[in-house]
Amino acid sequence: MQDSINQRYDMPDERGHFGQFGGTFVAETLVEALEELRLMYEKYRYDAEFLAEYAYDLKHFVGRPSPVYHAARWSNKVGGAQIYLKREDLNHTGAHKVNNTIGQALLAKRMGKPRVIAETGAGQHGVATATIAARLGLECVVYMGSEDVKRQAPNVFRMKLLGATVVPVTSGSKTLKDALNEAMRDWVTNIENTFYIIGTVAGPHPYPMMVRDFQAIIGIEAKQQMQEMVGRQPDAVVACVGGGSNAMGIFYPYIDVPNVRLIGVEAAGHGLETGMHAAPLTANSPVGVLHGNRTYLMQDNDGNIIETHSVSAGLDYPGVGPEHAWLKDIKRAEYVAITDDEAMVAFHSLCRTEGIIPALESSHALAHAEKMAKTMRKDQIILVNLSGRGDKDINTVAKLANITL
Amino acid sequence: MSRIQTVFSALKANNKKALIPYITAGDPHPKHTVNLLHALVKTGADMIELGIPFSDPMADGPVIQRASERALQHKVGLKNVLDMVAEFRTTDTTTPIILMGYANPIEAMGQAAFTQAAKIAGVDGVLTVDYPPEECTEFIAGLQANGMDSIFLLSPTSDAARVSLIVNQASGFLYYVSLKGVTGAANLDVEQVKARVAEIRTKTNLPIGVGFGVKDAATAKNVAAFADAVVVGSRMVTTIEDSNDDNLIANISALMHELRATIDA
Repeated sequence: MQDSINQRYDMPDERGHFGQFGGTFVAETLVEALEELRLMYEKYRYDAEFLAEYAYDLKHFVGRPSPVYHAARWSNKVGGAQIYLKREDLNHTGAHKVNNTIGQALLAKRMGKPRVIAETGAGQHGVATATIAARLGLECVVYMGSEDVKRQAPNVFRMKLLGATVVPVTSGSKTLKDALNEAMRDWVTNIENTFYIIGTVAGPHPYPMMVRDFQAIIGIEAKQQMQEMVGRQPDAVVACVGGGSNAMGIFYPYIDVPNVRLIGVEAAGHGLETGMHAAPLTANSPVGVLHGNRTYLMQDNDGNIIETHSVSAGLDYPGVGPEHAWLKDIKRAEYVAITDDEAMVAFHSLCRTEGIIPALESSHALAHAEKMAKTMRKDQIILVNLSGRGDKDINTVAKLANITL
Repeated sequence: MSRIQTVFSALKANNKKALIPYITAGDPHPKHTVNLLHALVKTGADMIELGIPFSDPMADGPVIQRASERALQHKVGLKNVLDMVAEFRTTDTTTPIILMGYANPIEAMGQAAFTQAAKIAGVDGVLTVDYPPEECTEFIAGLQANGMDSIFLLSPTSDAARVSLIVNQASGFLYYVSLKGVTGAANLDVEQVKARVAEIRTKTNLPIGVGFGVKDAATAKNVAAFADAVVVGSRMVTTIEDSNDDNLIANISALMHELRATIDA
């Protein structure tokens, strides 16, 4: 690790590998489409006009930069380190997802693809895709596990209001991973006119890298904002990890900054010991291949993917972005897990103390920050990526409290 | 000469084309699989593609997805699939068996362990859908060193450079995916496929099989006119799905007879 701190972090390699992770594990029918995407992204990644259009949309359509907020009252209540929140919940559409969908949709436009498709779990990525598709006049189809369609009804309706077609996926476990399978099947069938907007830092190359790059705006802003607010960088950056896009977004610009701990928080569900969780990194799941990349993967002895559990649909994924697997192996980031119950406590605590309703996904990061803060000094700083707002979760929260809305 | 090469040479000498049915191991129930394999051979299969069940078959349409789900309900894993091949081999030592599946079950067993076990079981070729050649160099080398063929897909979107890369890594035969889509999707466009197969032939002497859209005997015959092998998958699986324990073998045999007779006519 000493060497890689001194050298500029430069991953992945040309074929999308982060060490043994990542890569392009797809059927031959997708290879050319990915190659076309790789070349187009290569062309526009540093293109001034493309970046200017992206920056304009982030500023005027999304409302960036999102503020960093010192949760002083909550920090006092917790007792210990000062907790700062990167307010991605204040973005248009209510989460970090839109940073990426705008980037990919602008690419789709340049590639002349009139149709975009997406997979979604909690519905946030689906909403963010439907939003930008509406704004750019693109046809939009969103695949969503039929279980998730049931538990995220408000987001389903939101997507429909925005003109998207929502296709419930009834195969397999009927959740996010199956929605991704189905989106891939659509893409392979409609390759000429369709751009697949993947919502997280997973999938085949170049998606993990491209999604990370579009989300890196979170960390780029945070670095500048922390410097302005407190004159230094935080002691730790904490973010929740399902596929891991909000975490990669805030971690990436910090990878080369020494003495900033990077901590990813997975969903421990009912508890790691119960097997009902979504925490492949923390539970030391074996390495495998799914959705186009090699990564740590929750699976049985025969290599079949097992069902995951989390109270938060956005973290309910059996794999994890390959760059997180790499950061874990090189020990640049640490990974922990928070149970459903712990996340709920933090959710309510932030609501009552700060007047902010956090997404259940982000509540996992908050819960871990709370644990850490208690062991730290008052002059130390934790920056939490508050990746989304919790309005979409009120039905789930009410149900847990046996309240009918 | 490998069993796959032997079969193609013999067919060529007799001016015949290979019929390759696909079934998923363990579908509809593991007790049927070895019987089905023998029935396929008896009714005209030159080789058999045997699918390894997987929870997330991304390149497959709904028909073959359901076959995987039925097999997984009976907990049929890769090890069971290899046991089925070994059992089949006790009485059939000539018909090539090609395993078709996804990378993760192989990775879970370990590539080297799988290669050894497959060789011992009597597997002749392996087609791993989500292992493009760049990602499995060692794996291919291991298979070929152990006398097994590495079968690769070529697709309508593979450009000339890509075709050259793949034909150099492949052995046994090439599997041309006849349409843009998943298994069992639409009907293939015979003229388009014919043109593509002719292009591929300029780069390789390997036999070329065509599959993914062969839904009936007439299409199979049209494809056999220019390809070396016809792969019939979703149609087989649909017949299995529509059968019961009592008429399963009879229904599959009837379908095979029809395909064989039409192709040979």
